[in-house]
Amino acid sequence: MIQELAPGDRVACTVGDTELTGTYITDRAGMRVVKLDSGYNIGVGPERVDLVEHIPLAPQPALEVEQDPNLPELAIVSTGGTIASRIDYRTGAVTSQFTAADILRAIPGLAEIARYRTHVLATILSENMTPALWQELARAVHDAIADGASGVIVTHGTDTMSHSAAALAFMLQTPVPVVFVGSQRSADRPSSDNVMNGISAAAAAVSDLGEVAVVMHEGPSDDRCALHRAARVRKLHTSRRDAFQSVESSPIGHVDYPARTVHLSRDAVRRGRRALALDDRLEPRCGLIQFYPGMEPALLDSFAGYKGLVVAGTGLGHVSTPCIERLGALVANGTAVVMTSQCLYGRVCDRVYDTGRDLLACGVIEGATMLPEVALVKLMCVLGRTRDPDEVRRLMQADLAGEVLGRTPHGL
Amino acid sequence: MDSELTGLVAGLEIHQQLDTACKLFCGCPTRIRPVEEHDGEFFRYLRATASELGKIDRAAEEEMKQVRRFRYLAYDTTCLVENDDEPPSPLNDEALECTLQVAKTFGMTPIEQVHVMRKLVIDGSNTSGFQRTGLVAVGGTLPNGGRIESICLEEEAAQRVEEACFSLDRLGIPLVEITTSPCLRSPEEVQETAAYIGMVLRSTGKVKRGIGTIRQDLNVSIPEGARVEIKGVQELDLIAEVVRREVRRQQGLLAIRAELLSRGAGIDEEPVDVTGLFKNTGSAILKKAPVILGVRLRGFAGLVGQELQPGRRLGSELSDYAKRCGVGGIFHTDELPAYGVTGEEVTSLRGALEAQDDDCVVIVAADRKRAQCAVRQVVRRAQLALEGVPEETRKMLEGGSSAYMRPLPGAARMYPETDVLPVAITAERWAGVAVPELLTEKALRLKRESGLDPAVARQLAHSDRLPLYLRAVEAGVRPTLAARTALATLKELGRDGVPVERLEDEDVTAILTAVEEGRAAKEAVPDLLRAVAAGSSVKDALATLAPTVGADELEAIVARIVGERTEFVLERGMGALGPLMGLVMAEVRGSVDGKRLSELLRSALKHALE
Repeated sequence: MIQELAPGDRVACTVGDTELTGTYITDRAGMRVVKLDSGYNIGVGPERVDLVEHIPLAPQPALEVEQDPNLPELAIVSTGGTIASRIDYRTGAVTSQFTAADILRAIPGLAEIARYRTHVLATILSENMTPALWQELARAVHDAIADGASGVIVTHGTDTMSHSAAALAFMLQTPVPVVFVGSQRSADRPSSDNVMNGISAAAAAVSDLGEVAVVMHEGPSDDRCALHRAARVRKLHTSRRDAFQSVESSPIGHVDYPARTVHLSRDAVRRGRRALALDDRLEPRCGLIQFYPGMEPALLDSFAGYKGLVVAGTGLGHVSTPCIERLGALVANGTAVVMTSQCLYGRVCDRVYDTGRDLLACGVIEGATMLPEVALVKLMCVLGRTRDPDEVRRLMQADLAGEVLGRTPHGL
Repeated sequence: MDSELTGLVAGLEIHQQLDTACKLFCGCPTRIRPVEEHDGEFFRYLRATASELGKIDRAAEEEMKQVRRFRYLAYDTTCLVENDDEPPSPLNDEALECTLQVAKTFGMTPIEQVHVMRKLVIDGSNTSGFQRTGLVAVGGTLPNGGRIESICLEEEAAQRVEEACFSLDRLGIPLVEITTSPCLRSPEEVQETAAYIGMVLRSTGKVKRGIGTIRQDLNVSIPEGARVEIKGVQELDLIAEVVRREVRRQQGLLAIRAELLSRGAGIDEEPVDVTGLFKNTGSAILKKAPVILGVRLRGFAGLVGQELQPGRRLGSELSDYAKRCGVGGIFHTDELPAYGVTGEEVTSLRGALEAQDDDCVVIVAADRKRAQCAVRQVVRRAQLALEGVPEETRKMLEGGSSAYMRPLPGAARMYPETDVLPVAITAERWAGVAVPELLTEKALRLKRESGLDPAVARQLAHSDRLPLYLRAVEAGVRPTLAARTALATLKELGRDGVPVERLEDEDVTAILTAVEEGRAAKEAVPDLLRAVAAGSSVKDALATLAPTVGADELEAIVARIVGERTEFVLERGMGALGPLMGLVMAEVRGSVDGKRLSELLRSALKHALE
């Protein structure tokens, strides 16, 4: 007979002629997962697991952490990254209780840098982020600053962290540091990068910085974090700690670890340079598509009715001749089309080859040095502010947050 | 059995590296590299994380007493998985199959669904801060009636190069861990059982050989003692001695406890700063120390210096605990005056701590933070002496004594590896697992089939050159020649510095076949192997070292050499055979069989002497 079990129950199970005891955890793939007294988990057929004693789940004791009132106050806005998450192994679920105590416990050392108040905006994986959440995030950060926070830390899943950071850079003008931070290795492992990233983020948030930045490992070692400008950063590796890199520009600073010394580059915007301002208008009906050889031109028609479309073209910013026609039709029907490049590095220039000139002729906007996803976020913001095609073109080609470089660095 | 060993309870944990193509959780080869070949390095910190129950493992907590920066060496044969910069690949199936073979040999039952766990290890030997391990089967039997509790498949840790520097080549090599129940009752039984399990493991033909590829951990306890795990016993022959010494240590600690209790011993918890007393000391260590703290152990006099194992005293145990705080060691009054500390200094030290005759004073020299930490550790260990034997993980020292390593880890150190999916072991899979022929059985078979001497057959069965032997015999080489080459010739060449590991079985077989076909003398085998190991092809080696000499040609050479030395032949008679053999062999350079030549030469000599 298969028994009803609750996580945490004491159970006995038989494997061959061996009787084993442990704690029932969950059912998975038709098996009962039992944590043996030795600590090992095993999967056992349900008919071979017997209840020994029902153990009611004990509530997690709330932990109080002392904060030093003499330190500057930082706001931590959480969107659900792994940086302070914890796995409840009895249920297998990720818990996202998120109080100041939780994060101070997860990252010892934070308490020496500042006091914290926390705001849980969302508890989602970052691939589930939406433009609507970017808006909420911008408002939350704005409110925290208006409320006197000396800096803001946004904890975020790494997959789309650069998108969110760019969105804030376009929507929010900030006098204090707004620092995005995540971790590439989960917080429950002794080697997690969450400690160094978290400490460095706090150090950056109390520093002289005055713009939106991403703080993550600079290299594979635990010795330094890089500060990246929000509109120039990209996740360039699936798993490495130093996955985030500034593309075609240098980081705007770095933080030494464990010393916590913050070094800002000459062109990093300094604290207090800009007044606090929020423009959270945004047009979510915008798309991004990567062109590839042989792409069915009709695919572009599915963007009909969109207010904006960013194309990641080949090389200097090209698509095939049949696709140009469809893009022209989109432009004619009121969609703003911006051309960027899959090369990521370098400037879009549609004045060299025929296909490029044809693109310009049908009204496509050259995306200058913008990363494709940054151009998308920017296009949403710009279209939230204006529908005038000339103004859209002007704003898309102007530098609003460091995304459009006046000079393309030679990189030598 | 010695009466002092009555009540001994021991168990074994055997760790054996597998010789699989890839590591357990990535595609890297399982190759050990010379450290100087590393082509990258990085630095990391590790910290203890709480288990699912919110507890921090006590062994991990102990490691956290010192925050250390670990340095890792990477190679062109390691990847981001070893760097803990990429999630693990699925569990290596070749390693799992081998583990199942061993499990089946011991009559164990497989786990229906294997879950990979993370075992917290933050001494730096794992970049992730944990060792991945999965329980594969339970409940096996040993020929002596003992029980195998479990078999696990784990990843090997990184090799420590020096204090806080680790080499990543070894990290991730599959490791089979076999745990017996505490069913062993004598030091000899522990050693025999280890030997038997090792033999079973080698029977799979899939395990690594050589120093460090198999390690034994011993669990030892005696009545009123405690379970102590001694890690890293690499030499099989030392196992019994390690067990004996641990029994002696536990008995010694129990005797010390009895004496301490009868003296009404106790420990002062507060240290006294005695830095000033050693301002002008002759001890270099104490003189340059920023802070010296002393602590009084009441009633401990004479016992701290008492020997527990060869070279180990209660003082060594106190020192081991103190070293966790990063100090070099301790001084205690049982061993002073010495090391440049004078009798007067000892007297003033005792005075400063108000020590009576039967008190012992321990001093620690370091910066204040470390010294305070070390004193707390000394106090903790001294308190444990009042209780008897502490449960501990210890490491083996040269000769068979052991030193404290860390507390025994608890169940709080295990949590699930969420990045690896569980692996089901279906009934069909289990049914298809082949049980390897045991080496002991193979030895019997070899003796039967080949008529080899039983000792040679057994040696062969346990040799990692067995595949060479089998291949050569299959190719038509006589068992005696094949066995001699596999067991003796290659070993001797290796001792002479010939890189025999470069010799492929195929080439050695080709050389031996040439001997059997009369194309080379068996005396030429070592030179031929030497040449091939140095990079020559078998064909070239044979042409150079054993040029073909026809029967007529050989007869002509023999006739000429005998003819040229008539005087010598007449003088020595048949005694000239040996020296002349050498001359002919030098001329034909090993291309003819010695026996055939000897017959030819013998008849030529007879002819000449007639």
